Amino acid sequence: MVTLNHYLILAAILFCIGFYGAVAKKNAVAVLMGIELMLNSVNINLVAFNRFLNPGEMTGHIFALMVIVVAAAEVAVGLALILNIYRQRLTTDVNDLDWLKW
Amino acid sequence: MVSPLVFWIVAGITIIAALAVVNLTNLIHSALWLIVAFVGVAITYLILEAEFLAAVQIIVYAGAIAILIVFGVMLTRRGDIRESNLFNNYRLAGGLISLGLMATIVTMVVKTQWAIDVAAVPANSVGLLAQNLLGQFVIPFEIAAMLLLVALVGAIIIAKEVRD
Repeated sequence: MVTLNHYLILAAILFCIGFYGAVAKKNAVAVLMGIELMLNSVNINLVAFNRFLNPGEMTGHIFALMVIVVAAAEVAVGLALILNIYRQRLTTDVNDLDWLKW
Repeated sequence: MVSPLVFWIVAGITIIAALAVVNLTNLIHSALWLIVAFVGVAITYLILEAEFLAAVQIIVYAGAIAILIVFGVMLTRRGDIRESNLFNNYRLAGGLISLGLMATIVTMVVKTQWAIDVAAVPANSVGLLAQNLLGQFVIPFEIAAMLLLVALVGAIIIAKEVRD
């Protein structure tokens, strides 16, 4: 029997893997991948809560859809930023993106 | 009702794929494992009886976002691709913090008493979703459409080289 807890723990593991990737990676594209994993795990949470706590309504699904929309927008703008930075500095290493620091 | 074995297999594959995304040093391999993780999440949605979201997950994540990331990798390639996805100096701290975060979340999840509702999922769930999305939640729906348009224009303007 798979209960709500199993889904929540699966989502927690995925979230922490994504967090680890987003914090500890050098390449900006890899950081974006970590953020995508985190957004996915949050969606699992939303759908699992909808399924187990209030299956008669679709509110969790609508939240998850909104998260997917925002994630798509975020990755498009993020990759455009990375491309532009790469064109000017020939690097995607987040350690080199320190122009606001003095 | 799906057998628990299916859930365990899918969860295992998803977690292994996510670990591969983070730990491999070849960025292209990471991007391809990311697709596996996205498909695993889509099958999890299917087990949770969210068919429409599973389809959206495959189309938007495994289709669009993964391809966009592969394009991003290809357009920003420099040096040896086999060492394109290394860790920075925060590897240990980040790993410890994420382990602590996971321990905290798992403890809280196990301790909490959820008010489980055993009602069945409505048969016509996609129709119900459409009624909600174009009825009660029509304003967020329209704002999401505006957000996609703005992100589209913004991405084009940022990615296009601006010459003054």
